Amino acid sequence: MLALLRKDLQIEFRTKETLAALLLLGLLTLVVLSFAFDPTSELRGEAAPGALWVAVIFAGVLGLNRSFLAERENDCLQGLLLCPVDRGTIYLAKTAGNFLFMMMAQLVIVPIFIFFFNLPVSLGLGGVFLSLALGLLGFAAIGTLFAAISVRTRAREVMLPLLLLPLAVPIFIAGVKVTGHMLAGKPFAEVKPWLNLMAGFDVIFLVVGWLVFEYAVEE
Amino acid sequence: MPGTVIETRELGRRFAGVTALHALDLTVGAGEAVAVFGPNGAGKSTLLRLLATLLRPSAGALRLFERAVNDGGAAARRRVGFLSHQSFLYPDLTPTENLDFYARMFGVARPGERVRGLIERVGLTGWAHRPVRTLSRGLEQRCALARALVHEPDLLLLDEPFTGLDVDASAMLAAMLRETHAGGTTLLMTTHDMARGFEVCRRAIVLTRGRLVWDGTIAGMPDDFERRYHELTQPPTDPTLSTQHSALRTSR
Repeated sequence: MLALLRKDLQIEFRTKETLAALLLLGLLTLVVLSFAFDPTSELRGEAAPGALWVAVIFAGVLGLNRSFLAERENDCLQGLLLCPVDRGTIYLAKTAGNFLFMMMAQLVIVPIFIFFFNLPVSLGLGGVFLSLALGLLGFAAIGTLFAAISVRTRAREVMLPLLLLPLAVPIFIAGVKVTGHMLAGKPFAEVKPWLNLMAGFDVIFLVVGWLVFEYAVEE
Repeated sequence: MPGTVIETRELGRRFAGVTALHALDLTVGAGEAVAVFGPNGAGKSTLLRLLATLLRPSAGALRLFERAVNDGGAAARRRVGFLSHQSFLYPDLTPTENLDFYARMFGVARPGERVRGLIERVGLTGWAHRPVRTLSRGLEQRCALARALVHEPDLLLLDEPFTGLDVDASAMLAAMLRETHAGGTTLLMTTHDMARGFEVCRRAIVLTRGRLVWDGTIAGMPDDFERRYHELTQPPTDPTLSTQHSALRTSR
């Protein structure tokens, strides 16, 4: 699993294609949404969590779409499937790679989000990153599975969001709620049920992906 | 049978209602080199992908190294190498990085040492640290052969390995395959290039429309075999002829 993750990181740090796409789309979405609200309006603060998650989702779908493209070139996915490792292990490594790339992008996107939405830098930032980490883990878990399925279809750019987004909606709703509460400086206990929900979905998506991936990559 | 590497019994594979391989019985012993000939769509690549455990059979049984492949094939894959006309190499990584990755995936002990040895053996020393994307087709195929051999497989499956190679690169690849076979590796190779097939293999099988129609020795009989091959692979003008094709099967 570590060899596969290392290979994905090696390719990404050499080409920077996925990270660049994630950052560019995420930042563009945030900039456009920040101009949609009056800077003095309270609505701007209330809409901020939703804006962050819209940027995360758009950029995430783009990143997931790219995650199996490197495996398509020279039919590398077949080479991977020839290795004597459990297909579930391949899934876990690809999921870990996607999760890492999305989290790396958040390290740049979140500070810019705080700047554009004029939010106070508070202790709630740790909670924001916690909600992003839990949300993106589930998103990567189910997204990696669907990316493996859609990469062999002709309309993969359309197919992936169509399959993925309806299933990931509970994670996004919980993510918006947790981010909003944390930015408003509310106590951690108030968001605990939402965090539990996200963690529950993460576990379900990871287990389902691990079990089903073998059939997703089989001809 | 002791020393049996491949044993298929009534092995079949269907794709969306179309039979690509029909009830194939095949036994290949350790150390053999077998060429698989047949026209396009005969089921050659399907056979190799079944043997590489990339596909599950729709019917019949497959045994590799005298063990049934019923656990997803992970144990068998450790002893099988696969070289296709696609290199399975990551274009943005160098040959060294690609081989190191596959060596680690196959759990090769001392991967660095093994990779350096293979790079030298396939003559890629000068290109070892250039991205695969920048290599010529011939160099990429040499690197692909090194990839297929990185875990020292007992069985090497080759699917049209000479496709897209120029004369010199083909000759070099054939020489490397002969050397690999001389080292004790069992080879099973599909090719449309009969001359190369004769050069590397002593036994051939012919598939047509998913059926095995000929199995025998080809050493020293290239002209006879070519004539026979064309007879066997003629498309039938009458549906009843397909039955006669099956009857033409010969045993070694």
